[in-house]
Amino acid sequence: MSEAILDQVTQGEYKYGFSSDIETDIIPIGLSEEVVRLISAKKNEPEWMLEFRLKAYRHWITMEMPTWAHLNIPEIDYQSIAYYAAPRKNAPKSLDEVDPELLKTFEKLGIPLHERMALSGIAVDAVMDSISVKTTFKESLNEMGIIFCSFSDAVEHHPDLVQKYMASVVPYTDNFYATLNSAVFSDGSFVYIPKGVRCPMELSTYFRINAMNTGQFERTLIIADDDSYVSYLEGCTAPMRDENQLHAAIVEIVALKNAQVKYSTVQNWYPGDKNGKGGIFNFVTKRGICKGENSKISWTQVETGSAITWKYPSCILLGDNSSAEFYSVAVTNHHQQADTGTKMQHIGKNTRSHILSKGISAGQGQNSYRGLVKVNKNAENSRNYSQCDSLLLGDKCGAHTFPYMEVNNDSSVVEHEATTSKINEDQIFYCNQRGISTEDAVGLIVNGYAKEVLNQLPMEFAVEAQKLLQITLEGSVG
Amino acid sequence: MLEIKNLHANINGKEILKGLDLVVRPGEIHAIMGPNGAGKSTLASVLSGNQAFEVTKGDVTFYGKNLLEMLPEDRSREGIFLSFQYPVEIPGVSMVNFMRTALNEHRKYNKLEPMSATDFLRTMREKKELVEMDSNLANRSVNEGFSGGEKKKNEIFQMAMLDPRLAILDETDSGLDIDALRIVANGVNKLKRTDNATILITHYQRLLDYIVPDFVHVLYDGRIVKTGGKELALELEDKGYDWIKKEVDGE
Repeated sequence: MSEAILDQVTQGEYKYGFSSDIETDIIPIGLSEEVVRLISAKKNEPEWMLEFRLKAYRHWITMEMPTWAHLNIPEIDYQSIAYYAAPRKNAPKSLDEVDPELLKTFEKLGIPLHERMALSGIAVDAVMDSISVKTTFKESLNEMGIIFCSFSDAVEHHPDLVQKYMASVVPYTDNFYATLNSAVFSDGSFVYIPKGVRCPMELSTYFRINAMNTGQFERTLIIADDDSYVSYLEGCTAPMRDENQLHAAIVEIVALKNAQVKYSTVQNWYPGDKNGKGGIFNFVTKRGICKGENSKISWTQVETGSAITWKYPSCILLGDNSSAEFYSVAVTNHHQQADTGTKMQHIGKNTRSHILSKGISAGQGQNSYRGLVKVNKNAENSRNYSQCDSLLLGDKCGAHTFPYMEVNNDSSVVEHEATTSKINEDQIFYCNQRGISTEDAVGLIVNGYAKEVLNQLPMEFAVEAQKLLQITLEGSVG
Repeated sequence: MLEIKNLHANINGKEILKGLDLVVRPGEIHAIMGPNGAGKSTLASVLSGNQAFEVTKGDVTFYGKNLLEMLPEDRSREGIFLSFQYPVEIPGVSMVNFMRTALNEHRKYNKLEPMSATDFLRTMREKKELVEMDSNLANRSVNEGFSGGEKKKNEIFQMAMLDPRLAILDETDSGLDIDALRIVANGVNKLKRTDNATILITHYQRLLDYIVPDFVHVLYDGRIVKTGGKELALELEDKGYDWIKKEVDGE
């Protein structure tokens, strides 16, 4: 029975696969020092930024693609990608100046760019291809001293903050994709929360890839100053295309003394079709540093999209008594592959980290959890608790767990628990007998399984994420 | 309402039901008794559409409709309820969410609007009292961490919520202490009306002290071999099943 049910429930359609006809400024394919200079020139960047890009580029050409992940990545020709694409009418002053096609696109995606429409009270930065098209609630946030703008804006208006913190968590030499991003990144979001300020609304960035044959390389930098708090959400989609598209982003978070940052992602890049054709390669470096004492960073991710996901949102626990959390639900269906997890590096004393990872595999999906918990010699009395669960739907998919632990003192405790289970036919029949169809039953059971993680999301997004999980697995049980 | 004719069913190629006949009319309570392995639970599974069992021969109609052609969820929506012998746990899914989904699926099938949240919660409170269920039980995950008695009460609670035309109680009395048995039986009695019917599958006579059947059937080797009134149950309690086995096997 489960074969047919699984097939039904995982054959869901990708809802965001349309593409928009928007005039786009796109540079020729290929990567060279000239291209890096061209991108920098297009953005009217100061000299220091160009220098940073060039340093990264020169380092990148000496590097090779990492191969250690449990992923089957086809050869990527980095010279066949265009590294910059932007909707032509850029930097609109008001919504009236925004290309109506573009507004329609975001409307279709359910992203409110009109401040009056933003009923949920969420400030949005919308990024299409390489460019931030609109940031809402900028002015009202400004009054509190909160800076929420595109990365390009920040380079222009807040160069001191950018220079101080950019690449302070993810250095340009960090890894192949992070180095590539450092050379060619286009735009992204910038957040600064001043001392003692609790950001009154969710900040969110919505990333959309539209142009063909392009890569998206955005960069996000979040700085929470002493005693501040911010909750930030990122969402992403892309059109359905037959070719694979590369997305290599960087997110850096800096939490200073007593600051708290909550970062949530609902990643729904186009996953490719049922046969594994097309889809986004999502190779992303996300890292936060709990720099000050008592600071806290929390990552929550719901990963349903992308053909291949390579992503390890991590934390460096530098400040004494700082803490970090990582909550993850990753779904792989059809031919999707995911190698995802986290790194928790304990440096300060009495630091705490908590990892909760829930993998769901269906179809021929391959799902790996990879995590490193490292406790330095001086990180006395530190604690880590990791729990990694895998749920299998069907017998052609796979779940893998690769936990690494390194503990260098005697006073710290590191615990790891892992389970693997198959969706249970008795559970499905029980639901059927109460009048619930198999498809809905799988949705209920999977959402129940992922509940602890979904509960970490801000309310509106938890509802979205639940629906998304169900849609992603539509047609996967039979 | 229910008519079973010459029903044959297999599991893993082994024939369990070997020509079973049974007619149930509205307002009736039927008890099905019999020794271990006679096919009692198989009958419950086949009627509710468990696909682990294969029907090889025979007909089952429910209010004139061919039951065997229906998906399990449609049988439920048509009004067939199975109280499971071993209710499964569904971690992370709250009883509220589970019951609301189920109830609204029934309503949709009957072309009714979904029930409002307030009406639903009120109904839930009422029905919970029927089986003296702990009020916070309903906020916990489906059967997760429930004791044996709580699981069985929860089955009857769900039955009350879905208000079936035909309830099949599969060994609902097994594993219950005397207090829980009384509560469960009271719940079933309160739900009884002239327009619904119940099939009780049980090993023991003691349940029938609380729920009085109109008919008692003895299921042996895949067929109903003897039918009588409630006094048949007492006779079985007294003499065991051996005399029936002899009667049948001696034929």
